[in-house]
Amino acid sequence: MKDIIQIKNITFNYPDQPLLFDQLSIDVHEGEWTALIGQNGSGKSTLARLIDGLIVLKSGQIVVDGLIVNDDNIFDIRNKIGIVFQNPEDQFVGATVEDDVAFGLENRQMPREEMHKVVESSLKEVGMWEFRDRIPANLSGGQKQRVAIAGIVALSPKIIILDEATSMLDPRGRQEILDLVTKIKQENNLTVISITHDIDEAATADRVIVVNKGTIVEEDKPDNIFGDIRKLESIGLSAPFTSQLIMALEKRGIDSSSQYLNDKRLIAWIKQLVSNK
Amino acid sequence: MSNFLFGRYLPGNSWVHRMSPQSKLMLCFFFVIVIFFANNVWTYATLSLLLIVVVLMSGVSIGYFLKGIRPLIWLIIFTVLLQILFSSGGHVYWHFGPFSVSDLSLINGGFIFVRFLLIIMISTVLTLTTTPLAIADGVQTVLKPLKKFHFPVDTLALMLSIALRFVPTLMDEMETILNAQRSRGVDFGSGSLRHRIQAAVPLLVPLFTGAINHAENLSTAMEARGFTDSEHRSKYRVYRWQTKDTISWGVFLLVGILVLFLRNN
Repeated sequence: MKDIIQIKNITFNYPDQPLLFDQLSIDVHEGEWTALIGQNGSGKSTLARLIDGLIVLKSGQIVVDGLIVNDDNIFDIRNKIGIVFQNPEDQFVGATVEDDVAFGLENRQMPREEMHKVVESSLKEVGMWEFRDRIPANLSGGQKQRVAIAGIVALSPKIIILDEATSMLDPRGRQEILDLVTKIKQENNLTVISITHDIDEAATADRVIVVNKGTIVEEDKPDNIFGDIRKLESIGLSAPFTSQLIMALEKRGIDSSSQYLNDKRLIAWIKQLVSNK
Repeated sequence: MSNFLFGRYLPGNSWVHRMSPQSKLMLCFFFVIVIFFANNVWTYATLSLLLIVVVLMSGVSIGYFLKGIRPLIWLIIFTVLLQILFSSGGHVYWHFGPFSVSDLSLINGGFIFVRFLLIIMISTVLTLTTTPLAIADGVQTVLKPLKKFHFPVDTLALMLSIALRFVPTLMDEMETILNAQRSRGVDFGSGSLRHRIQAAVPLLVPLFTGAINHAENLSTAMEARGFTDSEHRSKYRVYRWQTKDTISWGVFLLVGILVLFLRNN
C-alpha cells in the first residue's frame, strides 16, 4: 500500500521546552484507519499540527501525498487534510450551522451557487440539514462535532485527522461520531488518523501506533497491541474492557489464548466455553 | 440571559423581517437623525405615526418593546425630570430655589420623553427583526465605501460576526465560573464597594484566560480550514437590495421632508 503521509526523522520542541520528538519517523498508509495512542504530553496533538503545517518543524521532513510540508505547499496540503479538533466549541467559526460549513468554502473562493449545493449535500451527509439555522449555543457537543465533520466533507479532503475529536463527548455521541467517520471513510476512500485516549476507539482502527514521550513504542494491529495488558499499563494506558475481563478470567483459572477480542468475539468465545462444559 | 435584549432576534416573516439588513440599518440611522430635527407637536406626531406603522408591520407584539424600554426607564425619567426642573422661560407655575416648573419646561420634558421612546423603539425593531449575523453583514455593506481609505472593512465584519457568535458561549462560561466560585465561598454582590470589586477578580481572571484559550484554538481551527485573510473570500450569504427596501426608503424620505417643513424655524 502507498504511504500517504511520510514523517521522516523529525525533531521538534516548543520554545523553552525539552525536545518533544527526536528523530521520529512514522508512515501512514493510504486508505487505512490509523490510531495514535499515548499519554497526555506524549506529543500526539503536536504531530497533527505538524502534519498540517500549523506549527513549523525544527528538522526532518513531512511528506503529505507527494508534497513536502513547507510554506509553498501549505495551502495545497491543507486542501488534502481535514482536522476535527478536540473542543467542539472552539472550532465553530460560523454564526450558524450553515455558515460554519461554508467557512472553508468561502476561504477557497467557491462561487455562491456551487457553495449552496455543497453545503446542503455535506449537511445531509452528516444528518444535520434540519439544524442548518441553529446557532452553536443551541447544539449538543456531538452535534457540533458533526457540523465540524460536515465542514471537512464539504472540502472533500483525502485525509481526515481526528485530534481527540470525541474526548469531550458522552459515550453515545462518541459512538455516533465514530460511525459517521467510518461511513464517510468508506464512501470516499479516505485515510483516517485518529489521535485518541479512548482505547475502545483505537481498537476499531486498522493499525495502532503507541507513542510515549515522543517516540514510537509499538506499532501493530489492535489485536496484538491490546492483548498485552501489562505492557499497556507500563506506559500508563489502560486496556480495553474486554482484555480486562479476559485477564480477570485467567486469574480464576480460565485459560484464553491471551489475545485481544472485541465485544462480539468475546461473547462468542464465552458462549463456546459454556457449551463445552 | 432573560433580560438581555441585545442580539435577541424574534424569527418571523413580516415585511420588516424580509428587508435587507443594510437598508434597515441605514433607515434606523436616518430615522434617529430626523428625530433630532423635530421640534414641535406636529413633527413628533408625524414621526410617532411612522413608528407605529413600522411596529405594526414588524408583527412583533408590543410586550417586547416594553421589555426593551424597561432597563432604560430610570435614565429616561432622570433626563425628563432634569429638563422639567431646570429649563427656564415661559409661564412659571412653581419655583423653589434653582428649581422651577413652567409650561415650556413641561412641553420640553414631554418632547424629550417622546424622543427617547422613538429612538429605543426603532432600534428595538431593528434588533428584533434582524439576526445578529445579518446585522454584521449589514455593517459590512454599509461600511464598504471606507475600503477606499484602506479601512479593513472585511476584517472588522469577521471580528464582529465572531464576537456575536461567542456572546452566548462566554455568557454560559461566566455562569459556570460564577457558580464554581460561589461553591468555593466567594460572595458576589454584597458588602462594600471595595469588597465587591475584589470579588470580581476570581470571575474576571478565569473568564479572560478562557477567552484567550478560545481565541488560540479558534485561530488554529480557522487556519486548518484554509483561512488566509478576510479579503480573498467568497460570500455564502448575500442580502440583496429589494423593492421593499426602495419603497421603505421612499416613505422614510417623504416623512423626513415633511418633518423639515413642519418644524419651527
